[in-house]
This record gives sequence, C-alpha cells and structure tokens, in this order.
Amino acid sequence: MTTIAELPAGFADKVRSAQSTFRAVMEAMARPGSVQRVVAAVGTPAPIMRGTAAIALTLFDHDTPIWLDPKMSETSEVAKWLKFHTSAPVVADSSICSFALIGEASALPDFVQFALGTNEYPDRSTTLVVQVKDLTRGEVYELRGPGIYGSAVLQATIEPKNLFERLAINEVLFPRGIDVVLVADDAIVAIPRTTRLVGRGG
Amino acid sequence: MTASETNEAERQARRAAAMAVLAHCCTEEIAERLGGIALPAHEDVREAENGLVMVRGRIGGDGAPFNLGEATVSRAAVRLASGEVGFGYALGRDREKARMIALCDALLQSDAAADAVEAKVIGPLRAAISERRGRKAAETASTKVDFYTMVRGEG
Repeated sequence: MTTIAELPAGFADKVRSAQSTFRAVMEAMARPGSVQRVVAAVGTPAPIMRGTAAIALTLFDHDTPIWLDPKMSETSEVAKWLKFHTSAPVVADSSICSFALIGEASALPDFVQFALGTNEYPDRSTTLVVQVKDLTRGEVYELRGPGIYGSAVLQATIEPKNLFERLAINEVLFPRGIDVVLVADDAIVAIPRTTRLVGRGG
Repeated sequence: MTASETNEAERQARRAAAMAVLAHCCTEEIAERLGGIALPAHEDVREAENGLVMVRGRIGGDGAPFNLGEATVSRAAVRLASGEVGFGYALGRDREKARMIALCDALLQSDAAADAVEAKVIGPLRAAISERRGRKAAETASTKVDFYTMVRGEG
C-alpha cells in the first residue's frame, strides 16, 4: 500500500475554495484587525488548523519556500502534506522562506531570523502564519494604520503576549518588515507591516 | 525473493499493465466499463487537475536529448474507504479520465475489487485495443507496395 494512505485530502472543490480563501485573506490584509472566515472544506494534518490549511493550499506553490516551526515539524505529516498538495519546498533556513507556519506561537522565534525583504524588493519578506487560541474573545487591542478608518478593535487571545510590541520592529524597518496572519480554527486576522498598536486593555 | 515480495512485484506489474491499457482508452469506454461494477466508497485526495510536462526527444534514439515542447497532462489521486490510494496520469486535458484511471489503480490494489476490475474493465478494454490495433495493421498491410519489381525494371 502507498505511504500516503493516511494523508488528509486537499480542497474538496479546488478552484472555488482557493478563490474564496484568497478573497478572505485579501479582505483581511486590506482591513487589518477585522476577522475573516475561511469557509472552504479542507483536510487538516495535525496540528494544522483549518484556516492555515486553506491558506497553504491557496498561496503556496513551488516558488514559495516554507519554514515550519518545531511544533509543525514534530511529525513529518505537515511537510508531507504540503509537498503533496502544494509542491512547496520546506526549508530549514528561516531567513529565505516566503511563509513560516507557526504552530507554537508562545515560542515564536525572533523576527530578525526571517526574511525582512530589501529596500529594493520589500515584498521579498516572510509572511508569518501564526496559530493562536482565539480571535473573538480575550484581550482588547486597538489598532491604527492604512486600511483602518480611525481605529479598529481586535479582541483576541494571542500568544506571545508581547507580539505587538515585537512587531514594532516594522516601524524601524519600513518599507521592509514582517506581515502576520493570525489563525484560530477558521477565523483569520491579518496584521500587515503598516498596522500599529495604539492601545490595549483586558 | 520471499513470497510476499513476489506477490508485491506481481501486483506492481499488474498495475503497470493496467495503466498501459487505460492510457490508450477514451473516457467514454472506461466510464462504460466502470459503470458495470459496484464501486466502493472513495474520495479525491488530489482533485483532478491539468498541467504541463516537458516532452524530451532524441533523434534516432541515441542523439543528444533536446526539449521538443510541452504537452498537457491531467492527474488525480483517489483513495478508497479501505485506504488504498490510486494515481492517474493521462495525456490531454480530460480530468475525468485521469480521475477514473486513479480509481481503477486504487481498485486494483484492493483485494476485494481487484479481480472484478481486471475481468470487467481492464480485460475487455485490452481486447478492444488489440482489436483496433489489429484492424489498423491489416488496413495498412493491404496498401503495402512491393518495390521489388520497380528496382528490377531499372536494371
């Protein structure tokens, strides 16, 4: 029997699912802090969440090196699944990856370990896909920046607690920087490099 | 070689032979034959998709290899409820054909359905192909010209 017998399936309806997921990610990036839902039905190898799996199948291809954090690479399931469905190369060097999948957000590595882009090509930076507990309940974050009218309020339970403080690196580096997509099950929230934290509360 | 290895080798050979048959059949033929057997529950692991492969050639079989051009290919992967995974690749953009080939490949690996598929799908299709080839060869043979006399006439 073939070794991929236990491999979870990809999208049930490839074209429509990829289109709707792309739309959700685009909306999330255009309106930082807003919660978007991934509706596509998708197979998930542990510990990948539905939202992460849908983003992977939509945006990853053979031109996008992927870095997996220790939690994601605990078993070879995730790497095998990515290879089969997206043919994206999984790399050990986080400084050259286009996307990094973070399963254990509390152990998020220092951002300088990732690709930050160059002044000529700021887009050649890593997009972090971070799996968090909850994007509807928890601490209140007030965000400002392009795409936000006035200020946006995000209520979320996010590890690490100092994520936004660490993202202040984006202010110094601009136009280089790190874009983050937070995922909790089927909910996604994007924190592009231009978004700034202006207040927080419990 | 142990008995299980021999068995495995036989099974692989049977799969390869079945693929050779299915690749030369059209979608309707395979669908018609597959309709005649009871299909177990199955799902698409990889939904059928189209892509391109680079076709390489070499003149005379021993010349330097060169890229001839790209050809469209469809592929699919199907998994039966019992766990067998089948793969299907077919030239052209017919996704349904790739999906059915993958299904046949999966069925050929399952003990329950392998013999039925071999007898009711692969066997008849193989017979149809060899009949087609035989007819074509006969048609071609009937137009054969014997150049022997012309050569003799010159001399």
